[in-house]
Amino acid sequence: MNQPGETFPTSTSVADARAAAATATTADAAQAGATEAPAPARGWSPAGVRSRDWARLPLGLIIPAALLAAWQLASASGLFTVVQLPPPVMVLEAAGELLERGELGTHIAISTQRVLIGFLVGAALGLVLGATVGLSKVADALLAPTIGALRAVPSLAWVPLLILWMKIGEDSKVTLIIIGAFFPVFTTVSLALRHVDRNLVEAARAFGLKGVRLLTTVQLPAVVPAVFSGLRLALAQAWLFLVAAELIASSMGLGFLLIDSQNNGRTDRLLLAIVMLAVIGKATDALLGLAEKWAVKRWA
Amino acid sequence: MTTVLPSRSAGTAPGHAAALPVSFRGLRRTFGTGSTAHTVLRDVTFDVAAGEVLAILGPSGCGKSTLLRAAAGLDSPSAGSVVIAGSPVQGIDSRCAFAFQEPRLLPWHTLQANIAIGLPTGCSASEGKAKVARLLELVGLERFAKHRPREVSGGMAQRASLARALARNPGVLLLDEPFGALDALTRIRMQDLLLDIHTVEPATVLLVTHDVDEALQLADRIIVLGNDDANGPGATIVRTVEVPGGRPRDRADAVLAQLRVSLLQTLGVDGH
Repeated sequence: MNQPGETFPTSTSVADARAAAATATTADAAQAGATEAPAPARGWSPAGVRSRDWARLPLGLIIPAALLAAWQLASASGLFTVVQLPPPVMVLEAAGELLERGELGTHIAISTQRVLIGFLVGAALGLVLGATVGLSKVADALLAPTIGALRAVPSLAWVPLLILWMKIGEDSKVTLIIIGAFFPVFTTVSLALRHVDRNLVEAARAFGLKGVRLLTTVQLPAVVPAVFSGLRLALAQAWLFLVAAELIASSMGLGFLLIDSQNNGRTDRLLLAIVMLAVIGKATDALLGLAEKWAVKRWA
Repeated sequence: MTTVLPSRSAGTAPGHAAALPVSFRGLRRTFGTGSTAHTVLRDVTFDVAAGEVLAILGPSGCGKSTLLRAAAGLDSPSAGSVVIAGSPVQGIDSRCAFAFQEPRLLPWHTLQANIAIGLPTGCSASEGKAKVARLLELVGLERFAKHRPREVSGGMAQRASLARALARNPGVLLLDEPFGALDALTRIRMQDLLLDIHTVEPATVLLVTHDVDEALQLADRIIVLGNDDANGPGATIVRTVEVPGGRPRDRADAVLAQLRVSLLQTLGVDGH
């Protein structure tokens, strides 16, 4: 067996080597510092993100406030009748009245519950099937044409069948939302997994990683940002499908409040339902956005 | 002047693998089939002694990387085989470790965690931690253990990549133009570092490079790949050179300068 000292009689000692490495380190560090210095300005430092967010919040409220003012003006000027466009105060009163009777809370709770269950189940299915199709050529060949064809069916076309099979109840509504949430996640995950940097995967394979370990060490972390954009699309779809399901057949929920108010000529409640959908939809999306921000910082 | 003794004791630390001999036997690699078939390598046969540093020179596209990938088990040859210490390479070989031209570090991991990916399976957590700490020190990155790859320079990332390869206790270290993408100064520093590492962790080293000076500086022996059109398509070994003198070598040595001119001529570059 070769002894290092015999085969390679060098005058360089390890101490020298360390010293050389140390100087290289400082030089490299200076270089790194020079290239990375503007990084916080690009916003990856927590402080940078926070200060920017504080500036964004008032800026984002300008247009809603202007809309509210325009609404107030339009209804007060007599341009529209009260039935066509009740003033904001009437909508607020309608909200107070429904809240007092406990109906608004019920509508919001049931709608949110349907969206959350449908979104969670649909997204989980999309994640699992998307990963399978994205990673396995066999699964891709086997499943992709069928899933592609199912995706081509306009989602509302399922409604009559779902009602026939599951009756008008929670199951048919949640199933429709599951369908809506499934496709965005499935599509983004399967595509992203196919485009994971081949060099990284090869390097990991060269170090003996394969199967589940390769998936969890390289492939899944690499697609985290894509997964989150898929999830946000899926959440928006879930709300869309919720309203579709509740408009068609329901006795509770924000979609029911919409159709019920239309039938009773209660434009104030109608507007209230729309405002509630906007606020809750935006709130759930913002929560997911926070998780996304954290995940992208962690994994990208 | 200190001695190399401390380094040798580090080199024989528990879990350290010995350098292994490598044989390439009639290696051939053809890509595609039928009329689109394209032979990259043919009849490549040579032996590398345990602990030897062998440089593989050749123009770009001549199959240098393919040769290395065959040794790592990342690619399987169309004919022939690679034999490491008597047993042929079949699939990813745990006796080899690879360092690529780009660092190929996982961007979401710290340098420390990236190096730990190289650790052999069955390495206990405490053993692994100690090994990674020792390697970080060896490549001079101990202060940057918790940094992400994008927060350090290209040279530092490449050192982390080298440390990841060493974490595997490789019997054979495969380096695919590892310093090719670095600036000239950093490259010279990295070459010196590689020699130091080789003293501490005396693996057999196969170094693919297109840099004649790098080959002359680092290798015991140089093989040159190229086409000798007389015997059909694909590159094969056109020249083997023993590099005289122990390392580190004087970069201005006259014998090496002559060898440099002659090697460049073999590679088809005249008048230097």
